[in-house]
Amino acid sequence: MSVSSWAWLVLLLPLLGSLVVSFGFRAIPPRLAGAIGTASIGLAFACAVAVLVSLLGEEPESRRHASSLYEYAGAGGLDIELGIYVDQLSAFMILVVTGVSALIHLYSFGYMKSDEGYHRFFAYLNFFVFSMLLLVLAGNFVLLIVGWAFVGFASYALISFWFRRTTATKAGMKAFVINVVGDVGLVLAAFLIFQQIGSFDYATVFETAPQVFESNQWEVTAICLLLLVGAFAKSAQIPLHTWLPDAMEGPTPVSALIHAATMVTAGVYLIARSHELFYLAPTAADIAAFAGLATLLVAGTIAIAMTDLKRAIAYSTMSQIGYMIMGVSIGAYAAGLFHLMTHAFFKALLFMAAGSIIAAMANHQDIDRMSGFWKAMRFTSLMLLVGGLALAAFPLTSGFFSKDSILSYAEARGGMYLWMAVGGYVGAFLTAIYTFRLVFRVLPGRPCEEAQHLIDTGELYHGPPLNPASEEREDAEVGFPGPEHHIAEQSRSMAVAMALLGFGALFGGLVQVPGVDNVLFGFLEPAFEGSPLAEVHPSVGHEWRGLAIGAAISLLGIGTAWLLWVRRPDLPGLFRKRLRPAYLLALHKWYFDEAIDLLVVRPALAVGRFANGVFERVVVDGLVSGTAGGVRGAGGIVRLVQSGFVRGYALLLIAGFAGLGLYFLVVST
Amino acid sequence: MSIEWYIVLSSLLFATGAVGILIRRSPIVILLCLELMLNAGNLALIAFSRMVGNEEGQVFALVVMVVAACEVVVGLGLIVAIFRRRLPLDVDALRELRG
Amino acid sequence: MEEVLFFGAALGALGGAVGVVAMRNPFYGVLALIVHLFSLAVLFLLLSSAFLAAAQVVVYAGAVMVLYVFVVAYVGGAEESAWEPIPGQRFLAPLLGLALFVELAIAVLGSSLLALGTEGPEVEAGFGDPAAIGTLLLEKFLIAFEASSILLLLAAVGAVVLAGRRDGDVPPAGGAPR
Repeated sequence: MSVSSWAWLVLLLPLLGSLVVSFGFRAIPPRLAGAIGTASIGLAFACAVAVLVSLLGEEPESRRHASSLYEYAGAGGLDIELGIYVDQLSAFMILVVTGVSALIHLYSFGYMKSDEGYHRFFAYLNFFVFSMLLLVLAGNFVLLIVGWAFVGFASYALISFWFRRTTATKAGMKAFVINVVGDVGLVLAAFLIFQQIGSFDYATVFETAPQVFESNQWEVTAICLLLLVGAFAKSAQIPLHTWLPDAMEGPTPVSALIHAATMVTAGVYLIARSHELFYLAPTAADIAAFAGLATLLVAGTIAIAMTDLKRAIAYSTMSQIGYMIMGVSIGAYAAGLFHLMTHAFFKALLFMAAGSIIAAMANHQDIDRMSGFWKAMRFTSLMLLVGGLALAAFPLTSGFFSKDSILSYAEARGGMYLWMAVGGYVGAFLTAIYTFRLVFRVLPGRPCEEAQHLIDTGELYHGPPLNPASEEREDAEVGFPGPEHHIAEQSRSMAVAMALLGFGALFGGLVQVPGVDNVLFGFLEPAFEGSPLAEVHPSVGHEWRGLAIGAAISLLGIGTAWLLWVRRPDLPGLFRKRLRPAYLLALHKWYFDEAIDLLVVRPALAVGRFANGVFERVVVDGLVSGTAGGVRGAGGIVRLVQSGFVRGYALLLIAGFAGLGLYFLVVST
Repeated sequence: MSIEWYIVLSSLLFATGAVGILIRRSPIVILLCLELMLNAGNLALIAFSRMVGNEEGQVFALVVMVVAACEVVVGLGLIVAIFRRRLPLDVDALRELRG
Repeated sequence: MEEVLFFGAALGALGGAVGVVAMRNPFYGVLALIVHLFSLAVLFLLLSSAFLAAAQVVVYAGAVMVLYVFVVAYVGGAEESAWEPIPGQRFLAPLLGLALFVELAIAVLGSSLLALGTEGPEVEAGFGDPAAIGTLLLEKFLIAFEASSILLLLAAVGAVVLAGRRDGDVPPAGGAPR
């Protein structure tokens, strides 16, 4: 079978899974639904591997295929096909997406077992994977936008999965609204592209762009900035990032899949795919790089202050995606994608481990209450540690190689990009600190009450069902989390998924060790050839120096964390008091939510109130009611004629007769 | 006397009858004024019949008389019925058919 | 001679009309109308309509007015209140009547129908005779004749229906029939 056929299969299998599970809702028992969902993604991964194998059988230069099912719209200069575009970039992305998704489905098979909405979960999750694959495989901007919008919907549906929880539904709405802002930017960019170039098709656009645009012409800069709006909204970069922490209201597998491994990387993919346009608009690329840098640092500081386990990991995601965005904006496309892959591994693993711990904690997510899980849940703790090491870029883990590939590239480009590399290393230091803050708070020490219960009885601690954010009482029906919780030690599917990811997190970086092997970059780079930025290669010596610096910083960060939270636990409190303004700034997430509320939400509400109070009530209602009132008044006046007095009627009769006579007299003269 | 005189007289009588209907309140008197108007019409018809030279106008006037007689019969019957019902014989008091 | 008769009859007609409108007591009004009808009969005679004049006297003044007399005697003459519920009626009515008369007069006097200024064509002796009227009724206007007969029948039936006593009526003088 050809590459395109395998690619179509990859795209259609998750859709099929979603449809089967949703329509067979009543007929299929829950376990079977979960199996179908997982199997569809597993098969999709197999097909993705087939795509890779087929691609590898071809020459590197000709590894791009466009294939179309049928012409979607063709009128007035428009020529939109329902088509996919398979090259190294999309092959890489579908491998990562289907691979990690398959493992997360396997995890959810066990984790969501007692939830009332089991079918719904797998239907939505499969639909999400389909949308993400559509986004990645799309061969033109229109289909990209379709996939983009579907992914946004799937995210909304899954964040508000426990829909009876007000906090969850509010978070879903927040995510959706901010994503829509991004959608608008993306659609406007597509319009501009069509206006300037005349086509939506990737091949046409990227080939003719250098001829149509001059460097830094305002049109192409506008296009790229609008694309960035979309990318930033989807990838939760500053300033459109406020939805990501709230999105942690969704179940943990959702956080792992959507908000760590796949959806939030859509922005990175977009920038990488449109690299031709960004090359023509260096200003926009630089803006993106600075935004990535800023996010990286800001999110890192916030993560140090967060006490909610999932939210801390969410800010970590934001920070790591800042690395990826920075990477693809400065031209390190392959490096950024490398980090995307390793991040998918270790972040999904971290979320899975966090899910297991939260399940043991009877749905409490506050790390102030957690301690001593090393003794209670050995496997989960080990996985948490592995993920943490990879995140903190501990030497020889996957995160170590990927993060430093970006930073050494930045260094090699020189100029202001050197400062970006410095910022990146500072961020790495922060990353190591906050990661091991979590590890050292949760794992060692005297077991907390819930952990002790687990050690003593071998059963999970059960408390009354509470909303972790607001501590309200809840039910255990559909729309709320199910009554039972599941941990990796007791669920084989969860354990297998986590183990495979742990393997990837530890050894996934070995595909790209500088000077030793060049598997990944060798595969990806031909997709970006033609871009002069891709010619910048740091020398092997530079890369090893970067690795050394990275290793030092990582160990330094881990050591600092050990000092602050194991050796001298009084120090954090002291820091909090001495640096109180900084601490408050970090704790309140740099007041972004408040700023958006002030700048956007309140004016919008004021406009709405004005529209309702003045325009709607006075103008529109006034017009309508005024007309009605006028008619009623006129009717009231006319009604007086019907007085019931015969003589009155006779008067009118004779008056009319006299009037008519007068008229005829006048006319006849 | 030329025909004009008769026609003008007829219109004067008609206007008088009209004023009477508008002013009086007793149904009997209103019916009487109605008779005035009908007779004024009859006068005009007969005058025109004379002017034209054939009797067709007179036949018309005869039929008008018949109609007037029937209408008077019914009208007076109504008045008697109203009187028997102890309702006031006042056209302004009998005003339930109104909007 | 003719003018004298005309003006006399005209005055009688007008006087009767004004009397009907102005008299408070409806009985006096009925009497005024009888005077008016007689004057009109004279005017009909002046216009060579002998049969109509006779019919006027016999049918109208004779039968219809007698009917009126009976009803007025039965019903009696109620006083009409002075207060006018319809605003402007007392003021507008004479005005409108005047307007009506003036318009009609102008229409007649200014008409281009020249025959109005004449006394009419020469007619033979039998003009307006019962024979002539009868011939017309039975030949040219047969349907009108028959229709008016039916109308009379209907009116008679209607009168009988209306005259029947129902519940709520004033009991007849002398008590209910035993």
